[in-house]
Amino acid sequence: MSPVAAVRAWVDERFGWDDLMRPLRHKTVPIHRLSYWYFLGGMTLFLFGIQVVTGMLLLLYYRPSANEAFESVQYIMTGVPFGWLIRSIHSWSANLMVFMAFAHMFSVLFLRSYRTPRELTWVSGLLLLFLTLGFGFSGYLLPWNTLSFFATKVGTEITGIVPVVGPHIMRFLRGGDEVTGATLTRFFGFHVALLPGITTLLLGLHLALVQRFGISVPPSVEEAWSRQEATAHAEVRRSVDVSPELGSTHGTAAAPAVQRSKSEAVLHERPFLPNFLLRELMAWYLALGALGALAALAPWPLGVKADPFAPAPAGIKPEWYFLFMFQTLKLIPAKVLHMDGEVLGVLAFGVAGVVWLLLPFLDSKRRGRGARLVLGLGIFALAYIAGMTAYGFIAR
Amino acid sequence: MRSPALVVICVAFGLLVCAHSGAQTKNSCLDCHSSMDAPLGVAQEQFAADIHAQKGLACTGCHGGDANADDPERAMSTSAGFRGHIDRKQVPALCGKCHSDAAYIRQYNPSLRTDQLAQYGTSRHGKLLAAGDTKVAVCTDCHGLHGILPHTDSRSPVHPLNVAKTCSRCHGDATYMQAYKIPTDQFAGYQQSVHYQAMAVRGDLSAPTCTTCHGNHGAVPPGVASVENVCATCHVFQGQLFDKSPHKAAFASAGLPGCMSCHSNHKIVRPSDDMLGAGQASVCTDCHASGTVPLEVATEMRGRITALDDAIKASDELLSRAERSGMEVSEAKLQQTQAADALTKARVSIHAFRVDPVKQEVQAGLKTAATTYKAGKVAMAERDFRRKGLGVSVVLIAFVLTGLWMYIREIESNGRRNGESNRE
Repeated sequence: MSPVAAVRAWVDERFGWDDLMRPLRHKTVPIHRLSYWYFLGGMTLFLFGIQVVTGMLLLLYYRPSANEAFESVQYIMTGVPFGWLIRSIHSWSANLMVFMAFAHMFSVLFLRSYRTPRELTWVSGLLLLFLTLGFGFSGYLLPWNTLSFFATKVGTEITGIVPVVGPHIMRFLRGGDEVTGATLTRFFGFHVALLPGITTLLLGLHLALVQRFGISVPPSVEEAWSRQEATAHAEVRRSVDVSPELGSTHGTAAAPAVQRSKSEAVLHERPFLPNFLLRELMAWYLALGALGALAALAPWPLGVKADPFAPAPAGIKPEWYFLFMFQTLKLIPAKVLHMDGEVLGVLAFGVAGVVWLLLPFLDSKRRGRGARLVLGLGIFALAYIAGMTAYGFIAR
Repeated sequence: MRSPALVVICVAFGLLVCAHSGAQTKNSCLDCHSSMDAPLGVAQEQFAADIHAQKGLACTGCHGGDANADDPERAMSTSAGFRGHIDRKQVPALCGKCHSDAAYIRQYNPSLRTDQLAQYGTSRHGKLLAAGDTKVAVCTDCHGLHGILPHTDSRSPVHPLNVAKTCSRCHGDATYMQAYKIPTDQFAGYQQSVHYQAMAVRGDLSAPTCTTCHGNHGAVPPGVASVENVCATCHVFQGQLFDKSPHKAAFASAGLPGCMSCHSNHKIVRPSDDMLGAGQASVCTDCHASGTVPLEVATEMRGRITALDDAIKASDELLSRAERSGMEVSEAKLQQTQAADALTKARVSIHAFRVDPVKQEVQAGLKTAATTYKAGKVAMAERDFRRKGLGVSVVLIAFVLTGLWMYIREIESNGRRNGESNRE
């Protein structure tokens, strides 16, 4: 027995490796003109993996206190061998992960992969997106520079606007009334312990559900396949219906046609292991190369150490993934129908989040008004987020 | 019998009326003069803002008369002490009647000086006024007449931001100043100076204006020997170095004012290194001929300062390039400020007009600039290392990608062949 086979046998005896791998070996991934979108989920997972690995390396040197945080990041960037690489990859990968998570969510929406029985996959996925934004928000404060300090101040103030519970949420997030060293320590705890713990559980659930229900095929592609198969069966029936006096040769000629239609059906999917996974591996390597290039050519800036007594820099804005919400709140008038404009804006986003969680339940039938409603909401949301983000960048 | 309540109400009403009347002090002067045209007119709003009026000192305080009488004859009667229009020659004495009385002024502002009149007597304006010249400035020319504001009020003509403009009302008027045979380009020159830039543009109220160097109430141009002392009030080190320099005695014997000889008096522009040495813009060549020892000293000082300036610029440029490439050079940039400080000190030390003090400062600066330049080089080398590393990893990743793609094609073509052979 070769060494590899011996190790495999040892692992199988103790962990049931073959039983664990069997579902994966039978797992297939549909092939069609839209199947490139299937890479986005794996890409998001890969970037999360990068965050975990680089995050653990950063933990070796980072110090979560107001006095030392900035200096520790400065030391990582200048004194630790390849510290600059790990820190820049961590920062760039965070942004790319948020982007991929949004792209994955929208691709699932437009491909209608949330349909029955995949509702909980959608719900768990959307919660993972919210957790990703939470990671971004909590991680942004950790370098303790001017931008991150004031972005956190503004961001947590907005949570305080929510009626009744808002001030309590704000005090909970800040660890007090103001953003201080206590906030930094608390955010650090969220970022490295609380959020990763919850994310791991939800991710496990999400992947288990994906495994259970398989990869969804968009309804339009399913219909195209059905039409294709119907045409192929009709051809087969026509060839079988040819006059019997022509003899067995024609019967022999008909058999390959049946077999051709079967082989065409086989080409509608490919095995997950190893075909799809190898393709994903290629995408991951590309992403790794992109991250390395970004880290080398555009290292994430250190900024200036936060001074809580200094005024907020003019035109302070949050990171790009919160910009659409921030810009919306800036544009809402102070009073709307005797209600506080900001409160209305925050509540509206809360309601939008809940509606988004329940989207699959709005489109439970195969076709019809529900599908059109969700499609319309999706197009509106994408256009709104993209437009407001662009506006937020340009606006002073 | 009348109701006691009614009596109480009437008394209270009466008290209220009295209090109201007391609060609104009658001023029959303003009642008439506020509706008159110049020169007798006094605008109500202007007088309401006057610091004297706000403290309860109204028209009669200076002009006499009875402000409670509506009848002009009674209001402006000599028996009521009416003085009418105050002659210019009498203005300083009139103002000084209160403003020189320390006990009186203490009730209003204990920190206000009370030597203005005494100072004025020593000033050029005061002496000419005493000799009968009424064209010179008296108190009201600078402080205003009926709308006098505290000097801390930015609307006041004697607020630091406004002093130069106030002085130039006369001193910038060539026709007005013709008889005195002094220049009238002071304000124009001052507006081009670094002092004006600091004061008017950057809002630095501690920057010098006319009164800083000339005095305010005792205004007099500083004498030749005093110019250096005046400048050294702020430019302390330059003054100390100059005192020990060979120029001190030389300038004194030549009757040349110290700082002004090289830097001018009103049009004091930002000095440049070109002022030093043997170049065209040099001030040294005004006195020193080429080939002389002093000019050689000046040339050497210039050379050393230029060397440090060039070293700092080279280091700055390298650190900026490194920073634009994304390298972390904040510590080196902070250290660079020490080199910039050394350059400033070197430029100050030329006022010793000897090479050694300049050499000392320049050498310290060159050492710091060399350290920061080295830090810049290290940063650029690190940048190059990272880019090479990126190149290598991109090549490796390309190999991996190619390998993966070929492997995928191989297993898929094998899979197709197996499928076809199964069909056969």
